[in-house]
Amino acid sequence: MAPSIVLTFVFVYGFIGFSGFISLSQWKRPTRQDLTLRSPFGETYVEMFKEQRFQADMRNVVVFTVLFLILTVAGGLVMALLVHHLVIAKGLFRTVFLLPYALSFIVTGVAFRWIFNPSSGINVWLGDLGIDNPPKWSTDTTVAFAISHPSGDGFWQIDLGIPLALLPIIIAAAWQLSGFAMAMYLAGLAGIPAEELEASSMDGASWFQQLRHIILPQLWPVTVTCLILLLHTSLKIFDLVVAMSGSGPGFVTDVPGIYVYDMMGRANRYDKGTAAAIVLLLTACVFVVPYLIRVYRKEGKSA
Amino acid sequence: MTTVVRPGLNASSPAAVPAGHRRRRRAGHWRPRNVGQWVVLGACTLLLVYFAFPVYVIISTALKGPGATGGSLGLPESIDMSGFRLAWGQLKGNLWNSVQIAVPATIISCFLGALNGFVLAKTPFRGAKLLFILMMVGMFIPFQAVIIPLFIFLKTLGLQGTLVGIIAVHVIYGLPFATLIMRNYYVTIPDGIVEAATVDGCGLISTFFRVMLPLSIPGFVVAGIFQFTNIWNDFLFGLIVTSQATWPVTVRLNNLLGDTSVDYGTLMAGALMVAAPTVLVYIGLGRYFIGGLTSGSVK
Repeated sequence: MAPSIVLTFVFVYGFIGFSGFISLSQWKRPTRQDLTLRSPFGETYVEMFKEQRFQADMRNVVVFTVLFLILTVAGGLVMALLVHHLVIAKGLFRTVFLLPYALSFIVTGVAFRWIFNPSSGINVWLGDLGIDNPPKWSTDTTVAFAISHPSGDGFWQIDLGIPLALLPIIIAAAWQLSGFAMAMYLAGLAGIPAEELEASSMDGASWFQQLRHIILPQLWPVTVTCLILLLHTSLKIFDLVVAMSGSGPGFVTDVPGIYVYDMMGRANRYDKGTAAAIVLLLTACVFVVPYLIRVYRKEGKSA
Repeated sequence: MTTVVRPGLNASSPAAVPAGHRRRRRAGHWRPRNVGQWVVLGACTLLLVYFAFPVYVIISTALKGPGATGGSLGLPESIDMSGFRLAWGQLKGNLWNSVQIAVPATIISCFLGALNGFVLAKTPFRGAKLLFILMMVGMFIPFQAVIIPLFIFLKTLGLQGTLVGIIAVHVIYGLPFATLIMRNYYVTIPDGIVEAATVDGCGLISTFFRVMLPLSIPGFVVAGIFQFTNIWNDFLFGLIVTSQATWPVTVRLNNLLGDTSVDYGTLMAGALMVAAPTVLVYIGLGRYFIGGLTSGSVK
């Protein structure tokens, strides 16, 4: 086993270290390797954070992550509670709800690109219903609830708010992954002792009281697991956005995953590509590492 | 959740559900009996329509064929299979690439994962848990963080653009997950079996090959389903590590999206072809899939 562990460690930790180093260096064009440190130290990061595109990417990934997590986890919980209480065809419903999870994001993206195409898909139905100005979906440049507007020489180059163009992508991602959250919650629900629920209903607890005081608290660890796993998916999101809209007009649907790819290819900026990747990695680590340490501690105790 | 759920238990639970279901049927509760149950069934049916809708869109658009215009989501008026023929012509080489990538990468990563999982579960050494956690981090990193060094590395070795290169990449980055699933599976196998083998004079390696591997089939099924699904559906590595001749089918399908000469009827037929292998695996081995899903996540 030793060789494969060493290999994984080199490919994970070694390459992360290498990425970190490139992000601090002056290596821009792939063919012209230049690993001398850029001065002042970390200037690439400063440059990147001032950039309009990267600011848009950070805004988009935060908005995407928050809305996607809420929709997917809440949706998964509701679906699990419903399926758990079904008296017939439980297996059928569970299978269909989880089916999207087996698909590639590219397939999901192709389907939803068509559904939310401004001139086809559901807009044709909306047109039939007499709606003259149907939504522009992923090509809409509106940023709703903007709290700041770019003002020439200030730091912010973007509208800080919710880009409406992201909504179809969030819906597609939630469609693909809420079945996964449902499956996790169903396993959690199966683990709640029936006696506890019976005892509480004998004491006259209503279904909502049971949900609030018995079911939801016991499902909390499942919720944390779902949030962490889905957060990881949402931070690195790339294929779904590429298939549905790409960067979009004015980068309304651009995400760090696409930024890294463009910097490494088209833009010839290895330094900026790796810097964005490192920002992404650190963001993920802020949430994932405490979670894994907690699991590790728990395991240590029970072993 | 109580630490790590064991696949053994989970693999049995989906089977337990239909069993309980049958019991209820025998008791005569085969249809909703009160308002609450009807409401639950009604809500689930609405959700079912919602979840099936995109699948319906893919299939109906594919059946309309390349001539379909207007972008309506309605049912096809006549069935035209020529979109499938066009899509097959565009994708068949890449489908074969994907098979050549996903099958060996799945087998190798599951085998190595079994070896790692066995050592981690059955030979408690100092730092085994720390090692395990460090490996798990490898599962949780956004792959963008390694993609540029990976590209440089493979280029230096002359493996960039080759099938061997992308297979190796999938094996290496798939290893943490395969290790996790196999370790969780081996934890459920009694230590006594390993001890008995040791008493009989088996070394660690021969214990693994002679005793553990034959017992590992259920673990392999779960790990195999997930590795195959993840590798088949991969896009990022396929985009960066391969070249035009070795593109997996996900990359090719995405390229067709940008090709203005390709219509949505053909695209949807192509999407069906890309989706078919993993959906078939999911439907055929669904109960392992659900069991593995809940066991495979660290809790």
